[in-house]
Amino acid sequence: MKEISCKLLVIGAGPGGYVCAIRAGQLGLDTVIVEAVKPGGTCLNVGCIPSKALIHAAEEFEKAVHRAGKDDPLGISAGQPKLDFATTVGWKDNIVSRLNGGVAALLKKARVKYVQGRAQFRDGKTIEVETETGLQVIRAENVVIATGSAPVELPSLPFGGKVISSTEALSLKEIPQKLSVVGGGYIGLELGTAFAKLGSKVTIVEALPRLLAQYDAELVRPVSKRLAALGVEVLVGAKARGLSSKGDALLVETADGKDRKIAADKVLVTVGRRPVTDGWGLEEIDLDMNGRFIRIDDRCRTSMRGIYAIGDVTGEPMLAHRAMAQGEMVAEIVAGHRRNWDKRAIPAICFTDPELVTAGLSPEEAKAQGEIKIGQFPFSANGRAMTRQGEDGFVRVVARADNHLVLGIQAVGQGVSELSAAFGLALEMGARLEDIAGTIHAHPTQGEAVQEAALKALGLALHA
Amino acid sequence: MGEHVIRLPDVGEGVAEAELVEWHVKVGDMVREDALLAAVMTDKATVEIPSPVEGEILWLGAEIGDTVAIGSPIVRLKVAGEGNVGQGDATTEPQSEPEPVAQEKKAAPVPEKPAMPPLAKREKEPAPVQPAGVRSAPVGAPRREGEKPLASPAVRLRAKEAGIDLRQVPGSGPAGRIGHEDLDAFIARGPQPGKASGLMRSDRVEEIRVVGLRRKIAEKMQLAKARIPHITYVEEVDVTALEELRAALNKQKAGPDRPKLTLLPFLMRAMVRAIAEQPHLNALYDDDAGIIRQYGGVHIGIAAQTANGLVVPVVKHAEALDLWESGAELNRLAEAAKSGIATREELSGSTITITSLGAMGGVVTTPVINYPEVAIVGVNKMMVRPVWDGAQFVPRKTMNLSSSFDHRVIDGWDAAVFVQRIKALLETPAMIFVGE
Repeated sequence: MKEISCKLLVIGAGPGGYVCAIRAGQLGLDTVIVEAVKPGGTCLNVGCIPSKALIHAAEEFEKAVHRAGKDDPLGISAGQPKLDFATTVGWKDNIVSRLNGGVAALLKKARVKYVQGRAQFRDGKTIEVETETGLQVIRAENVVIATGSAPVELPSLPFGGKVISSTEALSLKEIPQKLSVVGGGYIGLELGTAFAKLGSKVTIVEALPRLLAQYDAELVRPVSKRLAALGVEVLVGAKARGLSSKGDALLVETADGKDRKIAADKVLVTVGRRPVTDGWGLEEIDLDMNGRFIRIDDRCRTSMRGIYAIGDVTGEPMLAHRAMAQGEMVAEIVAGHRRNWDKRAIPAICFTDPELVTAGLSPEEAKAQGEIKIGQFPFSANGRAMTRQGEDGFVRVVARADNHLVLGIQAVGQGVSELSAAFGLALEMGARLEDIAGTIHAHPTQGEAVQEAALKALGLALHA
Repeated sequence: MGEHVIRLPDVGEGVAEAELVEWHVKVGDMVREDALLAAVMTDKATVEIPSPVEGEILWLGAEIGDTVAIGSPIVRLKVAGEGNVGQGDATTEPQSEPEPVAQEKKAAPVPEKPAMPPLAKREKEPAPVQPAGVRSAPVGAPRREGEKPLASPAVRLRAKEAGIDLRQVPGSGPAGRIGHEDLDAFIARGPQPGKASGLMRSDRVEEIRVVGLRRKIAEKMQLAKARIPHITYVEEVDVTALEELRAALNKQKAGPDRPKLTLLPFLMRAMVRAIAEQPHLNALYDDDAGIIRQYGGVHIGIAAQTANGLVVPVVKHAEALDLWESGAELNRLAEAAKSGIATREELSGSTITITSLGAMGGVVTTPVINYPEVAIVGVNKMMVRPVWDGAQFVPRKTMNLSSSFDHRVIDGWDAAVFVQRIKALLETPAMIFVGE
């Protein structure tokens, strides 16, 4: 097959890779993108998007179940709902494939050449791709490694059969009656909650003393409360030992040192993700590493000239929007613009119930830098939250005590994921408490809680 | 409660006034008896003014740099008891009218430098630090080390594209936020984009009031340069033999009367010998009166650097001091000058001066004569130079002497004879001592 030469080659068409390629194409760079599976990567195919679809379906179903045969405060009565899970999955798959098509179309529009197949470095400037029609050699002046991440396997619970990763959990044929989730991070909680709402008996096994350990206890409390209300059993400080000999139960050593058998049709292991640094020829180019990750500088340059890396393969936080921002930046750098990573905040969201958002510094992190002011406003005092039956949770603003510069904003509550835009903007713009407090926040919205939290930090809260 | 007025005491030396060089207190301070209130400087000595009573400072009667007449009120204190106002002269010091006092102070006769008080007055006026039209440096707390500059993404992008390091850009917005206008201002006046990123222009202008010793030095230098037509004569001296002798002497056991010898005692001895042959170089020229006072005693001023500036302690009657005594006296005076305890007596009365910067002495200097003297001998850096001895180059320790003379009363010929004589003595150091 004829060799291809290009200015920029992107390996991996996940959110980092495809954004990089689109921007590069827009900037007139001769760009090729190689993808082994489907455009959109983990995020679109087996991550963010399908999980959000499943979570939405689960929420809708749970509402219906909740109302069936009970006294609903809203006065709505309905019969026992039924779930055709195959239809649910079909609906979700449809969204995914529409987005797959969307990404492919955007790449095409930006005149990016899409090569389907597994890429392998031959040397720093040459990549071989095994395509359906044969070996394609691509020579590139610049290469962007955007190979992403994959679920981490536990030695005691290798994937296969009943033991599944998030990928399989999103394409189950039927809802497991009994689901054990190993790992109480955000992926385990999002999926565990969804299956609990869909009717599974869910047990969450977390080795650390509490769920969502990277967040402070106050933020996580409403989530724990809701899990309990949904009948999810949470075992913290517990270690998963493996499957029982019959394979119908998960063996767990509980916090008090006792062995326990938890009956399970499926065991979902969500103990983290690892960067994909194998299978594409890293050994051929010998890049400097930063632990398990590829080491990059503030321009996403690796230790080899002309080779960039972006996204999950470069480290935490493994979030699609970080990869996208990196991808965009690298495309502009290759096009000759001056850029470097100067983002102030990468908001992070747990689509748990209720949702949890963090942006910037936590109170603990901020305190380590100097004196701070904190303002926290509860949704129980927010009209819109009350009318949505979402009174649990709060917005919390953390600012410097001396000049009131906002350092971080956190929130937990129904629908707060949409507030992340305001949080990110406030931090990037260098807002002070007075800026947020002085901005009219439309009434009645949950966003008012952001303004109230800022007012409260200033000692001027109106509704608390 | 009464009021106590402190007047500038007679600081001795028959002076009529003194320059206020330092306040140790401010209005509102509580002071104890004997606490230091201020420092004033007369011709050369600095005198501390202690408080005779305990009390609270109500008023300070002069600013730093002001010349204050002896007897002028300088401090008013609130004291327990009656104080000293209201007894006798109280009516002349009304509490409500400090102005006449200040006027008296300003109007006080200043015989030497009538121009100084107006200058002191001018200094009080706030001067524009930057020309109009230039943005003044924005206020706002400076960023802490390692702290990221505060700017919106659009500003950051513009700065990046212009090659500007935002850490160098002062922010005028809330919390020191850098706005587009700050960036515009920086681009307009800052280093050119793309050039050395770490270097930054400073538009700072600092006003430093010339007071105290610095002012005295300035006046003295001005006087010397304005009145004396200097002639400077530079000659090279081979000090190899002298250095050998000095090293040999210093090898002997040191003691209180046997200090480590520097080159200066030898030079002083040589100057004494040379002056014996040319006494008119050891003189003060009173140009106003048209009289040259030629001195029998050789009083050698030694220019010395102190933390505050140049002072010139004087070795009196160097003609009567042998090498060791010269060295010992030199050390004592240098120490006293550096620690600021030299008396007015020790800092005046020279008839000729030596200036030496030791290792910093350079190759040539153009010394300024210590007015009203007529000669100054400058010592330059000693170094090993190749010298042609007629057959080959040999390494010799050499040193230049840069000497200035008042050409009104010293002819070039005489100056040259004087320096050549010193050179001859230093090059064959035994000659310094033969016949002593």
